[in-house]
Formats: sequence, structure tokens, C-alpha cells
Amino acid sequence: MSRLGLLALQIMVAIVAVVLWYVLTTYAVFGRILLPPFFFSNPLDVAKQIYVWFATGVIWKHLWVTLIEAILAFVIGSIGGVLVGFWFARQPRTAAVFDPYVKAVNALPRVVLAPIFTLWLGLGIWSKVALGVTLVFFIVFFNVYQGVKEVSPTVLANARMLGMSERQLMRHVYWPSALSWMFSSLHTSVGFAVVGAVVGEYLGAAAGLGYLIQQAEGVFDVAGVFAGMFVLAAFVIVIDTIVSFVEKRLLVWRPATADTRP
Amino acid sequence: MADGTAVASRNAGAVALADVVVSFRVAVGNYTAVDRATLNVGDGEFVAIVGPTGCGKSTLLNIAAGLLAPVSGSVKIFGASLAGLNRQAGYLFQSDALFPWKTAIENVAIGLETAGTSRDDARTRAQDWLTRVGLGGFADRYPHMLSGGQRKRVGLAQVLIRDPKILLMDEPFGPLDAQTRQIMGNLLLDLWTADRKAVLFVTHDLEEAIALSDRVVIMSAGPAARIIGDWRIPLSRPRDISEVKLDPAFHELHRDIWHKLKAEVVKGYAQAEVA
Repeated sequence: MSRLGLLALQIMVAIVAVVLWYVLTTYAVFGRILLPPFFFSNPLDVAKQIYVWFATGVIWKHLWVTLIEAILAFVIGSIGGVLVGFWFARQPRTAAVFDPYVKAVNALPRVVLAPIFTLWLGLGIWSKVALGVTLVFFIVFFNVYQGVKEVSPTVLANARMLGMSERQLMRHVYWPSALSWMFSSLHTSVGFAVVGAVVGEYLGAAAGLGYLIQQAEGVFDVAGVFAGMFVLAAFVIVIDTIVSFVEKRLLVWRPATADTRP
Repeated sequence: MADGTAVASRNAGAVALADVVVSFRVAVGNYTAVDRATLNVGDGEFVAIVGPTGCGKSTLLNIAAGLLAPVSGSVKIFGASLAGLNRQAGYLFQSDALFPWKTAIENVAIGLETAGTSRDDARTRAQDWLTRVGLGGFADRYPHMLSGGQRKRVGLAQVLIRDPKILLMDEPFGPLDAQTRQIMGNLLLDLWTADRKAVLFVTHDLEEAIALSDRVVIMSAGPAARIIGDWRIPLSRPRDISEVKLDPAFHELHRDIWHKLKAEVVKGYAQAEVA
């Protein structure tokens, strides 16, 4: 299928969905309205709400807060994940000792930690960052750990025969291998950083997209909830596109067919 | 290296394995891969090891490289006992061993950079080597963008740029098609003729072994593989792989060696089926 044809079909899906949504919430079918506007709002109100947010500029502050939280969560979680991943992979005994605890913490649904973080770190951005970090850390950690452990033994033997010292092995073999695994999970970890931020805001905050949605929900402003969801979706798509671009740049050496994107 | 060993190195062989035994611990007891192997490779000599699949040819190579330590027996490199990695050897592996995250030129230059050569200098010499193996225009390609044969050329340049005194090759042309193998064989011979290194070349292809080497060593089927034959290949040099195969002397040697090897191959298959 040509690119243009595909794009046309993709746009058509959106149009059909929106029109259906509009018709079912506005016009009675067989004597009754199938989607009561009180629960489902309607596309015009949602569009109006989004327009107002952007026209008045209210939304920028919330987007900015969510973005900062997500970036901090991603950076801190990634650094922690890389360091601990490397450490565990190079020290099998340490890894074995901590293994059950790592599994236990990772198995814990992170949402239950949110109230504790709020208690510890307050309603500001840091409680959301902390929640995001607990999500991002494990993804990066597992990938780096795997990346260091799964270096091809032949490549490793070759590196040693070429005279590499332990430090050079780190730099030229383990590090690139770990990074490639980390980057292959970039979409997931960035996504989780945003999830951490938004869920944290939703559970208690003074700003951010999650807060916006939660506020609207509190006053049964369904249009506001939907508007928040759409802005959030667009926000995530923009971030995901940037990640794809970065990934493509950083992993030029990868064969295109071996797309390990989860 | 101490003075004593330096003097000894002039008359000692490049690689001298004596009564080398290699065994691995497996689920039940020990598995002896190589049993009392004795092998000498003279300085500048091209020796091929041929044997049935799974006979421990690669194991012997890993011993010479210092990647593996024998259970008993001695390993001497230019007369000095080998402890740890063999710093005088270059190793061309059977499977892909290039760094996938480095371009062709970075892959070739890395062996110099790790030894402290400046980046620019290493790059210049790496470019020279890429040209010598016929890949001058492929410097910025990543390994996955190269064909199997081209990757082997990069691997060859990567090893030879360090100018090792000993070249260890583990079925380096195994995965290539017949034509590419011949071209690679001739390339190897050209490079070797220019600067005679001691070569230990492992292969399962007897024709390739005879065409390339000065000596062909036959190993028995594993486990507890031993060296069971040692032939001198008196074919004149320089050789062209495709031409040398038409030489009547080549056929005679092939017949002789194959006679001995065939029995071992059959044995190897029988053992593989039991296992």
C-alpha cells in the first residue's frame, strides 16, 4: 500500500470514530440516545475544552510539569538501572544474594507505593519522579544486566585476543552491548516514565496532566476528562516519535530486520 | 620477555604442544576432549589440522591461544611456557567475532588502539589494511552491511594489523560458499607469503588443508582425540588454490591422507549417532 493511501485510511478511521461518537451522543436512535452525553460528552465539547486550554495557555504549565517529571524519572531510573545492572552482571555473587529481593520489589504493583512517596516527598514533583523511577529502573536494570551477560563469547574472546584490558573490555564490549539492550527497551522505559508521572499526579498533585484529568473527574466534567486523555495521548505520541528518531540514530549498526522493539 | 627466552626463541618452534590433555567436567565425571596431543609448528610454517567434526581441533587452537589451559602437558610459544593469553598470536574465529557496533575501519583499528597507538595513526593503518584485503571502499560499513566473505576479510585485517608472530585460524572460511573460499584462500596465501607467520589452520576440508599448508596433521575422532598422522606437503610455492588442485602430486597426497581420515570420519559419525 502506498504511503498516501495508508495515511488516508488512517485518517478515515479517526473521522468515522469521531462522527460515530458525535451522532450517538447527539441524535436519538430508535427513540433514545445510545451514549448519554453526561457520561460520554461529545466531540465538540471536548474540542472546545482543548481549544480553551491551548488558547488561554493553561495547558502549557501542566504539560511542562508532566514532561519534567517524566524526564527526571527516566534519567534517574536509567542511571540507576545501568549502574546496578552492570554491577550485578559483573558480580554474580551479589546478584545471587539480591535476586529474590529484586524479584519481590519488581513484582509489587508500583501504584501502591504512590501514597508512600507522597507522604515522604510531598505533593510536589518529586513524589511523581520517585514513582516513575521505580518503574523505569527495573526495565533498564534487567536489560543492561541481560546485555552484559549476553555478550557473545566469541566477540569477548576476540576482544581479549586483540589485547583488551578489563577497562577496555568495559568500554568497547560490555558497554555498547548493554546500551544496545537498553535502547531496544527505550520505548517501554520512556512510556513508563510518563505513566509514573501521570499516575502520581492523578493520585495527588497540584499540577500536571494527571492532575487535570483528576480535577475534571472530580466535578463530573466528562469533556475535561476526555480532553485530558487526548492531550495525554498526543503528548505520548510526540515523545515516542522523538524516541524513535534517537533510537535510529544510536543504533545505526543494527541490522534493520532485528527489530527488538517490545 | 627475559633474555634467556629471547635467545631460545630463535631455534625453538613457534608453537610447541607436548602431551597436552584437555578434559572438561560434565554432568557425569570428566569428558576428555584431547588426549596427549604433541604438535610442533615451526616459525613461518603453515600447518593445517584436519579431523572429523567434534574431534577437538578447535580445543587445540584455544590451547595455543591461551584461552584454555590444558589439564596436563606443556604449551610453549617460541620456547617459553605459555601462561595466560598468548600475546604473540592472532586468532581468526569460526563464527562472527567482529564488534557489531563498530564500523569496518573501527574494527580493524581497535587492535592498535588498545595497544596505545594514537587514534589517527591507527585509522590510517587500518585503512591500509582494508585496502590490502580488498575493502578499501567499505571503511564506514557496519558488519551487518557486509557479506560473509567481506566480514572474514575485515576479520583477517583486524588480526593481521597487530602483526602477530603466530596466526591461529579456526575454520575461518567454513561458512562461505566454494568460490569465496577459494578467493579467501588465495588472499590468505598472498598475505602469508609477504610476511611468513607461523599458521595453525583448523579445517574439516582436506582439499583446503592440502592446498594451503606445508604440513597436514590428522586428528582422530573424539572423545579423547589424538593426533594420528602428520604429512609434509611438498607442493611448490607460490600456489594458486584452484591450480594446485589440478597437480597430480596433490591427488596422490589427497588419496593417501583421505585413506587415513576416512576411517576416522566413519568412527566420528558412529559415535555421534550413539550419543
